[in-house]
Amino acid sequence: MEARQTAWRIYRESLPILVVSLAGGIFAGSVLGSEGMTNGFERFPGMLLLLPAFLATRGNVYGALGARISSGLHQGMIDPEFSWDRRLINAIAASFINGISVSIFIAVLSWGIMQVLGRESARLVELISIMLVSGVLTSTTLIFGLLALVFTGYKYGLDPDNLIGPIVTTLGDVFGVVFLFTALTVAGVLF
Amino acid sequence: MFPILIVLSMLEMGSGYVLEELERTYLENPTLLVLVPVMIGMGGNLGAILSSRLSTRLHLGLLEFDPRNEVLWTNVTAILGLAATVFSALGVAAWVVGRIIAEPMPLVDLFIISIVSGMLLSVIAIVLSLVATYISYTRGLDPDDTTIPVVTNLCDILGVIVLSGVALVVLN
Repeated sequence: MEARQTAWRIYRESLPILVVSLAGGIFAGSVLGSEGMTNGFERFPGMLLLLPAFLATRGNVYGALGARISSGLHQGMIDPEFSWDRRLINAIAASFINGISVSIFIAVLSWGIMQVLGRESARLVELISIMLVSGVLTSTTLIFGLLALVFTGYKYGLDPDNLIGPIVTTLGDVFGVVFLFTALTVAGVLF
Repeated sequence: MFPILIVLSMLEMGSGYVLEELERTYLENPTLLVLVPVMIGMGGNLGAILSSRLSTRLHLGLLEFDPRNEVLWTNVTAILGLAATVFSALGVAAWVVGRIIAEPMPLVDLFIISIVSGMLLSVIAIVLSLVATYISYTRGLDPDDTTIPVVTNLCDILGVIVLSGVALVVLN
């Protein structure tokens, strides 16, 4: 009986954050399944190949930033506010560079794999442009969104360690897909 | 950091290859794409919750890796309950979204695809969490640096593969 109550308590404690993450994921999925997006996938072959990498690696880039900021806050090395603090600037710059570089890398990788498989693919310049536009927009939004939320949570006495994972996946899903849609639309007009 | 990101991106291409192979299936049933972000993220979320809870209890001496250990089963049961809830809700939500934005699919198909692939993924996430937590603990590694990244990335990669496999079986 004891075990059943404990399992029920764990369930109740964890459900709210998973529901937030689920809502973000469903929103992102709605954008992915929309006609504008599926047309973009048809028009730029190779986009489906890089989609999982685009969706998944952001968690690693910005999760690492979150973990670093969280440790800095706990150790009193970083203040919970946007300032020209060297530690903060370095952490932001590193994740921005990582985020953009990985976006370009997966565009090149996807193009290369399509060539090796002998499939018809979008041109390299098209895939790189799409990833560059969505990468820059996503990085900027996620870095400042994550920091704003972590700082606010910290000021209210919440432990940033428990916030980072769900914040990153939810923001990442929502903005990543919205900016991917934006980039595909821009590319559709340009190319 | 950067070399790890490069390696992970390459591994993610395995998932991407499955999506690309099934391009026709996904583009003819765009409602299936609604499931993709949750399938990529949720297994990792469940694995991260379980891993961090198990590590904390290991360090407190409340948990032993023994099939009869009650703490272990309590946590696993809670995770399975969370998975059942989340993936049932996802199946229904995807059906609603599909009716609005894309070609509608039968509710039964979507619900079965979502719950079967979700539960499969959760079982994989639980097994990976148990194995990774055990290895980290015996070697004295910090789960935040080892267990959680390993579990979340493996679940990210497997999510699309499991979903695609189940979708193919259900739709044919």
